[in-house]
Amino acid sequence: MSVPATATEPAAVDVFDVHKWYGAQHVLKGVRLTVRPGEVTVVVGPSGSGKSTLLRVINHLEKPESGHVSLNGELIGVRRQGTRLKELSERIILAQRSRIGFVFQNFNLFPHLTVLDNVAAAPVAVGRLSKPQARDLASDLLARVGLADKTLAYPRQLSGGQQQRVAIARALALRPGVILFDEPTSALDPELVGEVLAVIKDLAHSGTTLVIVTHEIGFAREIADRVVFMDDGRIVEQGTPAEVLDHPRQERTRDFLSKVL
Amino acid sequence: MSQPPGTALSLGAATPAEAVPRIDVPAPPEPLAAQRVLPLRRPGRWIVTAVVLVLVAQTAHGLVTNPFYQWDRFQYWFLRPTILDGLLITLEVTVYSAVLGLLGGILLALARLSPSPVLRAVSWVYTWLFRSVPLIVVLLFLYNFSALYQTLSVGVPFGPAFLTFDESRLATDMAVAVVGLSLNEAAYASEVVRGGLLSVDQGQHEAASALGLPKRYQFARIVFPQALRSITPNYVNQLIGLIKGTSLVFYVSLLDLFGSVQSMGSTYPGDIVPLLLVATAWYLILTSVVSVVQFYVERYYSRGALRTLPPTPLQKVRSGLRDARARVRKETAA
Repeated sequence: MSVPATATEPAAVDVFDVHKWYGAQHVLKGVRLTVRPGEVTVVVGPSGSGKSTLLRVINHLEKPESGHVSLNGELIGVRRQGTRLKELSERIILAQRSRIGFVFQNFNLFPHLTVLDNVAAAPVAVGRLSKPQARDLASDLLARVGLADKTLAYPRQLSGGQQQRVAIARALALRPGVILFDEPTSALDPELVGEVLAVIKDLAHSGTTLVIVTHEIGFAREIADRVVFMDDGRIVEQGTPAEVLDHPRQERTRDFLSKVL
Repeated sequence: MSQPPGTALSLGAATPAEAVPRIDVPAPPEPLAAQRVLPLRRPGRWIVTAVVLVLVAQTAHGLVTNPFYQWDRFQYWFLRPTILDGLLITLEVTVYSAVLGLLGGILLALARLSPSPVLRAVSWVYTWLFRSVPLIVVLLFLYNFSALYQTLSVGVPFGPAFLTFDESRLATDMAVAVVGLSLNEAAYASEVVRGGLLSVDQGQHEAASALGLPKRYQFARIVFPQALRSITPNYVNQLIGLIKGTSLVFYVSLLDLFGSVQSMGSTYPGDIVPLLLVATAWYLILTSVVSVVQFYVERYYSRGALRTLPPTPLQKVRSGLRDARARVRKETAA
């Protein structure tokens, strides 16, 4: 069930027939995905099915060999020249990325900067805010993820759950149109998963467009507008949580769900 | 077993094997848990310490009393203007070469890590060449350069030249020394810098790219500061090698610290040993200063990498004094 973008409202994220190889390995085999603005899409599937690669293709951390991605109608990483696609310069790609939030499995906070500077660095570096403005914004965002008292700590002084919340605040600081989460709770102790999911849930309710790769099926059922099941580099089926998680039509989906639920 | 039952209980789980040798010990007046544990006596350690102290004292005594060292002559030479002039030249050559060498090393490391195969190859060949050729050979080559090339020009090969230097004027002894040492230093520094850059986690590059940080910012603010943590100890090693390596500039007729000691030594052959001691003392002082600076630089760049920073020597002395005072107070109170 793919949702075509209407002419009046371009899709927040549109992945069109993307193929990706790592050497001889064909990891994405013609993926098509459309995410409407404000929609929460959760991608599930077995390890190695291409979920993370799909996210990395969306913000052009990985270049697809064929196919393309667009955000609000704007091509990412390439531009159209006649009937061909031409690679954009690094500078323009970086500017495009600053409009796409990305939250990593391993947080990847900058260990030599304080929590506040981790969040405030990007808006200053890309020239959107002055230093004091960025610091005010960072304080607000850190308060929003419940870390108002940790602004002067260094990332390694925090627990995993706190670090991931800082990473979410860091992604939010650029006010991205869409935020991509790559298994945001997989590196966390079970007792810390809840605090991170609560922050993501809060974002989902605020109407931010989210694409979340996760193994938390219960969480997917709770917040997803749409669940996408991927296997072996392809989208096997997608639909509402009730459709995909409770009444899967594909044998492969049923098989996967029976193992993880 | 004559052990009082209360004692056994306060021990928690005393096994019979542990309890056996304690049979004759009179029951302690307070529960065992509240007792201070007496440290194990280690007589072997005391003997070794005594032997080492005797050896150290003997060496120090020998250094002071052996007339061979002629400490009065050492004193005479230590702050002589010729020696200080040499020291100044050593410092100048070291500082210029360290800065130019590090800059060159950073550029070479970036070239080596760049996607361009030409840059990678050039960087590799440069490093290979200058790590293979002895420094003294490089220096002598440069020294004789003016004989090999009368003029040096920058421009299109076989075409027009943009910049032309007159070799004989360019190649002062100082320039030869600095250029030679920098060329050599850059080759080693490039590997030190490259090692540091490689030690930064790939996730840091990805996070910086994902945030859309400009390339230059990524390098200057995210990757390089983290790389400096592992670059610093290795580069200081390199730097200390450089300080001593400057003694080779004597062979391109530059009177550095070692050079002035050598020339004074040939004029006053009787003072060779105290003069060598003077050079040793100055090299020791230079290395010590570098080591102190290294401590603070490393401490600065370990912010965030360690949960708590190591104490500075001053902080160590203070906390040591505090502990000692607390112990004395406790002893006097007891």
